Amino acid sequence: MRRVYFDHIAATPLQPEALQAMFPFLKERFGNAQSLHSDGQAVLVAVDEARQQVARLINAPESEVYFTSSGSESNNFAIKGLALANRNRGSHLVLSAVEHLSVLNSAKSLEKLGITSTLVRVDKTGMLHPEDVEKAITKETTLVSVMLANSEVGTIEPVSEIAKICKTRNVLFHTDAVAAVGNIPVDVRTLGVDALSLAGDQFYGPKGSAALFLKKGVRILPFIDGGVQEGGRRGGTENVAGIVGLGKAAEIAQVKMAERSKKAKILRDRLIDQLPNTVEHVMLTGHREARLPHHASFCIEFIEGEGMLLSLDMKGIAASSGSACTSKALKASHVLLAMGLDHATAQGSLVFSLIEDNTAEDIGYLLEALPPIIERLRKMSPLYTKYLEKKGK
Amino acid sequence: MIYTEKVMDHFQNPRNVGVIKDADGIGEVGNPVCGDMMTFYIKVKDNRLTDVKFQTFGCGAAIAVSSMVSEMAMGKTLDQAMAITNDKVAEMLGGLPKNKLHCSNLGADALHKAIEDYQEKQRPGAKEAAPAAAKSAEEQEGEAACCCPYCEGPLEGMEKVCSCHHCNIELEECPECGKYTNKAEDTCVSCGAKLHK
Repeated sequence: MRRVYFDHIAATPLQPEALQAMFPFLKERFGNAQSLHSDGQAVLVAVDEARQQVARLINAPESEVYFTSSGSESNNFAIKGLALANRNRGSHLVLSAVEHLSVLNSAKSLEKLGITSTLVRVDKTGMLHPEDVEKAITKETTLVSVMLANSEVGTIEPVSEIAKICKTRNVLFHTDAVAAVGNIPVDVRTLGVDALSLAGDQFYGPKGSAALFLKKGVRILPFIDGGVQEGGRRGGTENVAGIVGLGKAAEIAQVKMAERSKKAKILRDRLIDQLPNTVEHVMLTGHREARLPHHASFCIEFIEGEGMLLSLDMKGIAASSGSACTSKALKASHVLLAMGLDHATAQGSLVFSLIEDNTAEDIGYLLEALPPIIERLRKMSPLYTKYLEKKGK
Repeated sequence: MIYTEKVMDHFQNPRNVGVIKDADGIGEVGNPVCGDMMTFYIKVKDNRLTDVKFQTFGCGAAIAVSSMVSEMAMGKTLDQAMAITNDKVAEMLGGLPKNKLHCSNLGADALHKAIEDYQEKQRPGAKEAAPAAAKSAEEQEGEAACCCPYCEGPLEGMEKVCSCHHCNIELEECPECGKYTNKAEDTCVSCGAKLHK
């Protein structure tokens, strides 16, 4: 059966060149990068090269890049590490309400230590307004964290404006750029951020390999206490193969980004423009213009996301949803609720995020497969029946 | 695949989907907050279910459960139908994932509610009233959250929650926001209200 993959935000396929680059470090180049002997030093060279590759992708000095195990770890590292290291200056954080759970739950953990947070609201497109961030900053605030792009609704936040506000208020600023880096141009200098999270599995690198950018001179508590790895701020023997794969993927992303995003945007726009023509009561979620080039997300009214995902999967199509039923926690996406959607509408969430292999035929196949699925589920839905009754009256 | 073949069969080919216009009893359960809503319609003759139909808004498990319940109830006496339990439904489907077991509760509940609605109408003096409708979404949203705020495991199917059976944290309802929070803490995890004043 035809398989079509539209779940970039969950994972991207591994770049073949990245895989090739990783092989030697899973085989003969097994040395520990901290060893003094040549087996170790040869590996250290590779780790340093990967650090340069990642640094170049975000226009940072290589000394400001710290390798971690995942985007979630980078976010935990930044939120907890910065809040705790700057506790003598204050004990208050400002976050957006649509942050990834690794940011929100880090803040929740800090609450138990007496560090409180304020969640800043977003508008119905998922966009944060910088003046709301400014209002939320108090004398106690040490850190503001706002994501660069939202993986659930694709919206790109006005991060550089927020960073400016933070600078004038003398507050640190972190951005979770996991969904953005490698897919849209990200420059830590023009953004003006103090810290930034990125992850390889969002731009055709390996899973389990990510990084935190941290500006020189910014105080942070080490995330893993241990040896001298990552400047003593994140101990533990390096995941060398993963780091090398991340570096290679970063290098290729830098070269291919413009072409990839141009192609994805054409396909994405076709999906966004045509789906509402084939099915009634479909709404785009997130911002129409300020959004990730490979991202199309919708809410399909009167039905629930998991049923759609199962049916799409039977047609060979992989997508994702923020519905309560698809989450293990049985909670609807906090992002959609923060955008002001009611629970029933949020339940109809569907997210299609394109990878570079997707073609116009794939979009055509989806546009053919989806409407009958929606129609079938709507026929079963008591909400749709009620809607039709109301309409008939 | 997270579901058994039986569940997928009932999800793909649900039995008895639809509305009975002149139903003798209607039962509505669920709310969109936790994900699922079900409506069961029944026709009754000589104390027996002569027709059962349903509509479901919800996940694959919820649809399969409704379908299975309708099949199990069809042609049964009212007493037999009232004896259909959540466990039996899940068993007939070859099992459900742990966090989807609450779907099977809803299925049997909706059927039982439809039967109760019928019995209510049979009572002398019962008015031709509308069926006992499910609570509106807003009403339900005001109620306690359906997930443990710490491990996020579902808290449904428990009459009164005292502790999360996934992470074993002792829970209580916050008097301010009504959501569950850790009994050992001084403030509510959801709204920040002071507890144990």
